[in-house]
Amino acid sequence: MADPILALRGVHTHIGAYHILHGVDFDVPEGQVTMLLGRNGAGKSTTLRTIMGLWQASAGEVRFRGQAIHRLATPDIAGLGLAYVPESMGIFSDLTVKENMVLAARQARNANELDTQRLEWIFGLFPALKKFWLYPAGKLSGGQKQMLAVARAICEPRALILIDEPSKGLAPSIIQNLVTAFNELKRQRTTILLVEQNFMMARALGDQVAVMDNGQVVHRGAMAELAEDEALQQRLLGLSLGAHQ
Amino acid sequence: MSTNAAATVPQAQFDWRPLALLLGLMALGLPAVGSASTWLTLTVAGLAMGMIIFVIASGLTLVFGLMDVLNFGHGVFIAVGAFMATSVMGGMSTWAGESTLAQLASVGVAMLVAMAVAGAIGLAFERVIVRPVYGLHLKQILITMGGMIVGEEIIKVIWGPQQIALPLPSSLTGSWLLGSASIEKYRVLAAGIGLLVFAVLAYTLGRTKVGLLIRAGVQDREMVESLGYRIRRLFVGVFVAGSALAGLGGVMWGLYQQTVTPQIGAQVNTLIFIVIIIGGLGSTLGCFAGALLVGLMANYTGFLAPKVALFSNIGLMVAILLWRPQGLYPVTNR
Repeated sequence: MADPILALRGVHTHIGAYHILHGVDFDVPEGQVTMLLGRNGAGKSTTLRTIMGLWQASAGEVRFRGQAIHRLATPDIAGLGLAYVPESMGIFSDLTVKENMVLAARQARNANELDTQRLEWIFGLFPALKKFWLYPAGKLSGGQKQMLAVARAICEPRALILIDEPSKGLAPSIIQNLVTAFNELKRQRTTILLVEQNFMMARALGDQVAVMDNGQVVHRGAMAELAEDEALQQRLLGLSLGAHQ
Repeated sequence: MSTNAAATVPQAQFDWRPLALLLGLMALGLPAVGSASTWLTLTVAGLAMGMIIFVIASGLTLVFGLMDVLNFGHGVFIAVGAFMATSVMGGMSTWAGESTLAQLASVGVAMLVAMAVAGAIGLAFERVIVRPVYGLHLKQILITMGGMIVGEEIIKVIWGPQQIALPLPSSLTGSWLLGSASIEKYRVLAAGIGLLVFAVLAYTLGRTKVGLLIRAGVQDREMVESLGYRIRRLFVGVFVAGSALAGLGGVMWGLYQQTVTPQIGAQVNTLIFIVIIIGGLGSTLGCFAGALLVGLMANYTGFLAPKVALFSNIGLMVAILLWRPQGLYPVTNR
């Protein structure tokens, strides 16, 4: 098996006095979608933030393409080709959609320097962004904001995209729209680490899965295996896919 | 990049109401003052005063908005700027008898030197005093106030504790008569410089990527870093620029008062905090509108009811915060 693009080994994270991650281990293979699942408070978002350097790992190591990144500053980590879509989406509300995209494109000094071909591809995935190009991002709907958040992450080619609960609070039709977009990214072999509570979405997208509980990874494997095993789903997540169908 | 579809979507409506308030205040001033020429004199004086306050406060609103730093030591940069002007213009006093151009050049050199020195001190101030207390508001207030006290004492050591005269060059004294209204020359210059600073800031913030980063950083610093930008460097740059602007404002305020004391910064500090609160923390346009409102209010009430003038700006702040609790042009996500 090829070396993973991202590897976490024994990662511990403290936030103030709280010990949140207790030795997290998992790999993200290149060109696949890895789902990070778990109950609320399991440590999924903390794991993504630790990878991005927004919270420093207090022990253990995070390696990206073999390079230790757990002591690097967030901009340096992003500079290696990691993109991050936080749970809050991180949209700059006072800026227009266009300005949000210009900021995300590190090489572009203004909108004229955006990669037009890639932008048209993004507009194909999320037509609303084209429509609201000059509109303040803060006035978009929740689903449109999520589309913008994902569009920012893909406006330039990235080696790895970390996405935190994109379906949270969205209508089913919007979630379907996102699934379609993620499937398109998957088809292009974009590597994604996706935190998700929506098991249907996880099953539709995931190649690999890591399940977290109490700040540790308690299960790793192929998503298809977990999707087939209702008893395992019940034990790890307190739900079964069958109950959703 | 432009799109046809974008044309069918309504763009953001610019909020004119705060600027209408400014015009409304001017319009109210006319019947209250009674005489058109006196009103014109007071209005120009108020706008010029507002422009000077804007120059001083614009740096602080960026520092406040972008860095979330309550810098109560901002006044020390104002004082340094004013005192540097006394030294530079004193050293160039032989130019005072020269042509108008030479006199204006001496003011220009004083402004540039004041900006450079205040900016350099700002760099050290950020590194030594502010950096250890990022995110700790109470400590920021205490340590930056302490920094200002230390700064004032250093100024006393260098320039002495006494008041120093900072006379205007002869070419900037006196007034132009517009009908029977008297328009002071220096105030016109001050208004011009204030407008220039506003234009440069508006262009930088609105039309450049650095400006985009600053505006984005005011809203969500963490996300800007996650996009790969070193916001710490941007912070330092903004702090230095804010300090330099305060230095420039110090020269302008010193020339406006024509005297300089070591306490000049502390005296203006209250005024600039009122302005940035009125304007909305982090908003340059809000700071601009707020400064003009404060300048006009101070001049109108100073003429109509001098005793009321003492608390007119506090009253103005209360009224505006009752109308818009987050200021005239609030920055969202804060």
